[in-house]
Amino acid sequence: MYIRATGNISPQKTFGHGPMDDSPVVYNGNRLTAIEPEYKDFIDPKLIRRMSRIIRMGVAAAMECLHEAAIKTPDAIVTGTAYGCLDDTHSFLSKMVQFNEELLTPTAFIQSTHNTIGAQIGLMLQCNNYNNAFVHRGFSFESALLDAMMLIKENDASNVLVGAIDEIINASHTILNRLGLYKQGNICNLDIYQSTSKGTIAGEGATFFLLAKEASNTDYAKLDGLHTFYKPANAAEVEQQVNNFLQKHHVNISEINLIITGKNGDVAGDKIYDTLSTSVLAGKQTINYKHLCGEYPTAATFAVWLAAHILKFKKLPAIISHQPSSQKNIKKVLVYNHYMGIHHSLYLLSAC
Amino acid sequence: MNQPVFVAGTGIISAIGDNVAQNLTALQNDHAGMGEMQQLNSVHKKRLPVAEVKLSNNQLATLSGLPNLKSRTALLSLVAAKEALANAGIENLQSLRCGFLSANSVGGMDKTENFFTDFIADNNKGRLRNVVHHECGSVTELVADALGIKDYISTISTACSSSANSIFFAARLIRNNIIDVAVAGGADSLTKFTLNGFNTLMIVDEQFCQPFDENRRGLNLGEGAGYLVLVSEKVAASLKNKPNIILSGYCNANDAYHQTASSPDGTGSFLAMSGALNKSGLQPADIDYINLHGTGTQNNDIAEGTAIKRLFNGRYPKMSSTKTFTGHTLGASGGIEAVFSVMALQHGVIFPNLRLQTPMADLPFVPERQCIKNIKLNHVLSNSFGFGGNCSSLIFSKV
Repeated sequence: MYIRATGNISPQKTFGHGPMDDSPVVYNGNRLTAIEPEYKDFIDPKLIRRMSRIIRMGVAAAMECLHEAAIKTPDAIVTGTAYGCLDDTHSFLSKMVQFNEELLTPTAFIQSTHNTIGAQIGLMLQCNNYNNAFVHRGFSFESALLDAMMLIKENDASNVLVGAIDEIINASHTILNRLGLYKQGNICNLDIYQSTSKGTIAGEGATFFLLAKEASNTDYAKLDGLHTFYKPANAAEVEQQVNNFLQKHHVNISEINLIITGKNGDVAGDKIYDTLSTSVLAGKQTINYKHLCGEYPTAATFAVWLAAHILKFKKLPAIISHQPSSQKNIKKVLVYNHYMGIHHSLYLLSAC
Repeated sequence: MNQPVFVAGTGIISAIGDNVAQNLTALQNDHAGMGEMQQLNSVHKKRLPVAEVKLSNNQLATLSGLPNLKSRTALLSLVAAKEALANAGIENLQSLRCGFLSANSVGGMDKTENFFTDFIADNNKGRLRNVVHHECGSVTELVADALGIKDYISTISTACSSSANSIFFAARLIRNNIIDVAVAGGADSLTKFTLNGFNTLMIVDEQFCQPFDENRRGLNLGEGAGYLVLVSEKVAASLKNKPNIILSGYCNANDAYHQTASSPDGTGSFLAMSGALNKSGLQPADIDYINLHGTGTQNNDIAEGTAIKRLFNGRYPKMSSTKTFTGHTLGASGGIEAVFSVMALQHGVIFPNLRLQTPMADLPFVPERQCIKNIKLNHVLSNSFGFGGNCSSLIFSKV
């Protein structure tokens, strides 16, 4: 299976197709904000006004992806989102509480359902095909991608638009801060890996991929495998999962040129990455990505996007270039990510 | 990839009963579950009837074994999922790869509503334990952890078709050899958020709903949970009570017409039903019973009816909307109605479409008004259509 096209709206300047030659956007504080494109190039201005921010981001990332793939109607649309359309949910909920269930209007409620973005894409494309929405925390994107891969294997689709979207709103950031997810005080996104404190930095994004059964001469990468596992008991189980995954795909660790990890600066959560770097992944060239997009349940989309770009353009882009690298020819990339220690995922991608 | 997936167990809790047996009795005796709100605390209490599960959160906690502080959706979900697993009676479950594929529409919203009352006044207020399970997936994990299932866990939310999608996603995971056994379906508790949302759309009936009636006025909201235990052919063969019902067909299609309204000709419904038939290799004439989506709204029933008219073209199977008993249980409805479809096959019974007085003038068929017993059924079609144009159909067959 091949990643033919991508569309990525993130806290970095990722929207567009070229190799990422810019240096990273620097953020001070624990909240990274997606850089939104000029929407009118992708969406009818009349529609833009009615859409909330997450819907605009999702639809624009999807349209950019389809445009690059030169596909008008995908065989399936599959989305993942952990939190859904938070702003619409918050708006309806606040008014409901404030006005004691009176004087409410339907728009925010209508747009609060978790399948809104996939539905809006289907509506804009007049696409009657398969349309599904996964909402399982740190597995939301992984489930969507597995669904897409199975549809292709089952011969029910030859191309699938698959992606994930999550937004931060003030209320969710306040609540997650109170739950202790984020670092406090002065923190720069470029410094999170040197930090010894608890917590991470918040991120968001809208990232889509066009997954195709057949190769084309413009593909980014081949998607060789995906595996998820839930609440592993200990590091040994994680190591076992990594080994089994590689074995299942007949890959020796020596063939992997690059590891992308989900390190996020949280001293407790990052331990497992350090453990693997001295055991099953010892001696491998390794990069991190969450200083670029922040941490959120569907952040692994950014890692897959990054892996796809590295494999297509055959070099490490400038936005990660402050990290040590040997710049050798990269043919196989392994992504290992976990969210809150609960949801673990492994991705294997290779050059076309 | 194409091996059959068997239904090895069923579990349900709804406004008409706390388990499969109670639901069957109510369905066969015309006992609808709607009434005045007792559990939900809403200003619409006197005006809008709802189909509530009759147990309090404390009673559900006792029944499920989860603490009563958790979302009512998780409590309902665990009660039905446990019944389904017990019913399946798989002795070597620990040695099999087991998944929990659930669905809901608003996660732990019932608790988030409580949190928000304090939070809005002061962002430093509100008990965090009430918001920590807000996410749809978090409700699923509470239940998966209580069941001890961890090999594959996920949650789908496509509004009112959510749990039809989780059921057939689970079947595909089995066919793709990712898991051997799945507990699949969905749950939703009534919340003020959804009640007020549907109320702003002006599609909530102030009387008991009358799906497929010419003078229908809208839907009644309900709550509950419904799960199937799905197993691979190999697991099915190893069971003492060999299952004889399979999920033979399924399809998800999109109406691509409007965020909340169905197209007048029911394009999405037609594609979902015909796609499911195609997957099963059956012809329209093979279908013996349709468990309708049948919400009772003007828009849904004419769209669904028009699609049935076109697809079945003169040879109409028997059909009924069991939402006349349970109300519209949203994210749970596909799971609950899948259980009803399996019960129909197991017991040879067609459940009635209650309160149908004046058949719809534009449709050439009339749903069943009386319960039909001792009827031979081989193939049952279950429809679930939702906001966002998401339309899914499942077909269950006897083998």
